[in-house]
Amino acid sequence: MELTEAQTTELTGAEIVSRCLAEEGIELVFGYPGGAVLPIYDELFKQDKVKHILVRHEQAAVHAADAYSRCTQKVGVALVTSGPGVTNAVTGIATAYMDSIPLVVITGQVPTHAIGQDAFQEVDTVGITRPCVKHNILVKDVADIAPSIKKAFYLAGSGRPGPVVVDIPKDVTLEKANFFYPKSVSLRSYNTVTKGHSGQIRKAIQLLTQAKRPVIYSGGGIILGNAAAELTQLVRKLGFPCTNTLMGLGGYPATDPLFLGMLGMHGTYEANMAMQNCDVLIAIGARFDDRVIGNPKHFAQESRKIIHIDIDPSSISKRVRVDVPIVGDVKEVLTELNRQLDESSDRTDSDRTDDESLKQWWEQIGTWRSRDCLKFDRDSEIIKPQLVVERLYELTKGQDVYVTSDVGQHQMWAAQFFKFDEPRRWLNSGGLGTMGVGLPYAMGVQFAHPQSTVVCITGEASIQMCIQELSTAKQYRLPLKIVNLNNRYMGMVRQWQEFFHGNRYAESYMDALPDFVKLAQSYGHVGMQIDKPGDIDGALKEAFSRKDDLVFMDFVTDQTENVFPMVPGGKGLSEMILV
Amino acid sequence: MRHIISLLLENEAGALSRVSGLFSARGYNIESLTVAPTEDPSLSRMTIVTSGSDDVIEQINKQLNKLVDVVKVVDLSEGTHIERELMLVKVRAAGKDREEMKRISDIFRGRILDVTDKTYTIELTGTGAKLDAFIEALDKGAILETVRTGASGVGRGDRILKVQ
Ligand SMILES: Cc1ncc(C[n+]2csc(CCOP(=O)(O)OP(=O)(O)O)c2C)c(N)n1
Repeated sequence: MELTEAQTTELTGAEIVSRCLAEEGIELVFGYPGGAVLPIYDELFKQDKVKHILVRHEQAAVHAADAYSRCTQKVGVALVTSGPGVTNAVTGIATAYMDSIPLVVITGQVPTHAIGQDAFQEVDTVGITRPCVKHNILVKDVADIAPSIKKAFYLAGSGRPGPVVVDIPKDVTLEKANFFYPKSVSLRSYNTVTKGHSGQIRKAIQLLTQAKRPVIYSGGGIILGNAAAELTQLVRKLGFPCTNTLMGLGGYPATDPLFLGMLGMHGTYEANMAMQNCDVLIAIGARFDDRVIGNPKHFAQESRKIIHIDIDPSSISKRVRVDVPIVGDVKEVLTELNRQLDESSDRTDSDRTDDESLKQWWEQIGTWRSRDCLKFDRDSEIIKPQLVVERLYELTKGQDVYVTSDVGQHQMWAAQFFKFDEPRRWLNSGGLGTMGVGLPYAMGVQFAHPQSTVVCITGEASIQMCIQELSTAKQYRLPLKIVNLNNRYMGMVRQWQEFFHGNRYAESYMDALPDFVKLAQSYGHVGMQIDKPGDIDGALKEAFSRKDDLVFMDFVTDQTENVFPMVPGGKGLSEMILV
Repeated sequence: MRHIISLLLENEAGALSRVSGLFSARGYNIESLTVAPTEDPSLSRMTIVTSGSDDVIEQINKQLNKLVDVVKVVDLSEGTHIERELMLVKVRAAGKDREEMKRISDIFRGRILDVTDKTYTIELTGTGAKLDAFIEALDKGAILETVRTGASGVGRGDRILKVQ
């Protein structure tokens, strides 16, 4: 039989998957094999454009892909098998979803004829992931694989980004179809607004120029929208105070005098007081969430005008009513805002920001700042965790360094004491608050930036949630620097128990800890334990001098230290507990 | 306040569960939900009757628009509109009640679709309030079974929900 041209270009579904990834320019796929994805693995094996990174748990595959995306702004890709592969991946997917990280997660599925039969390793992937994805697709026809993957990348990366799951039954990966990778997608049901409404922008400018006690509050949207430069321009042009959320750190240079530090539950006194007492607030790529403004009723007690710029209309007026909503891409809106501000400052008749009021506002902020809310005992004989982060910052200042963190007190100290001057240098799970992300995040970053220094600031409880990844780090020779702030407690849980549960430390003591030095060594890494404040610098320097080694630094820290300031849950921003 | 929201969505597997999942995940009320394909088989039209404060309704609209499968959303209650619901009621209709049942059905412009010597099955179309009134008018003990479709609606006059 003679083959027509069309037939000769027929590929199996699995080959189509691999070719789509190559066409999309994907360099790295993080994954873990299993029955339902074996045909795809077979195809990945046969080619060398797309490199596969084998993790030790599917959760880590998704976290690593997520981190890869956070630090490169590319779409991250993970590949897992059906059933348990998917359920393990769900924590990673939900983590990415909450922080709007663009991912494409390809999941194997049981063959189409077995779907719904309670087949071996079957779960309803589309059903189980639906509430924690931007979109998901079950591909039932081999001819739909390429369009579905294209659509997945488009959806993941455009608008407000997020994870997209593509679920492919095994038989579909074995059938054949012509391969054609679409150049673009257009969906009648999906439009993203990019340019802000010019009338709204004018209204915003009017408010900004009349403000007496202004604050600029920006979040992860600045990072995701690559708008740090535009934000910096805006803040400096106006001379207004700026605060960042946990997700927004690095969006505005932390060492700049106009920066008030992070706001929120563990934000600085000055940032929270300024938020509460301002008369004009401009929120940019931030969503007024409960960890940021505390109780919305308390927040609303002070009257202020709010301008809110966000790409997602549903983020606007969700928890707090705003006066000037601007839906659009933050970079485009800020560019336009900056342009119009320049124009209006050229005009002589425009109302100018009242310099005198602004000066008084800065004086007020100065008195809040002098409260020195992040102070801690620097002469302690026991290592204070804050000191470790501070020394880490001082010793790496100005270098090419990325910091990942887990969830707990150590995360807050990292956010408070490491001064991020650039976007995408700080990675943590802000929305879902997933313990265990630190190590896989560090891996994802190191894969993206092999020459950079990657530090993971973690706690002895968090690190154990994905500790198996020390093996992945060995396999791929990732010279990560792990800073374990070991207080022998789930410190953040212990802190809440101390403050709100009468010092009853229910199940928050980390008993039976491993010897982390030996543990690191058993994986083939370098381990160190540091228990004296005087040894911190030496240990860090030694760790950084070991360019090719993963170094696990186990810092034995003060068990009783708490994170301050703290806005207790349900309280208002100005109701902080201070040191 | 009660709102009646109409949407066009891709007629794809799982689209319905995205909408219903959104309502349950975010704690929105659903009083009724109806869905069927339109004259364009690639689209389904859904009518949702819900209630909530203005803030909640605003969020419902925004969240629905955010779903990738949802093509268009309108809140019919923002303008004048027509809504209709269909109900089938099986009632006891024996002996002396039989005549009375027929009479009430006629008053409400019901149609008797099925007859046995002991029962009538009555079809009734109208607004939810009319169907409620009919149920009220019946002797509770006479009702054997009821089934309602939930409301469907369209805007009056030139208000048209369509994909260009
Ligand atoms: C997966 C997961 N489970 C539980 C929690 C709740 N939680 C938040 S912080 C924390 C303790 C973290 O302890 P550790 O990693 O030692 O950090 P520390 O607070 O001591 O710095 C716990 C259990 C969580 N955030 N994530």
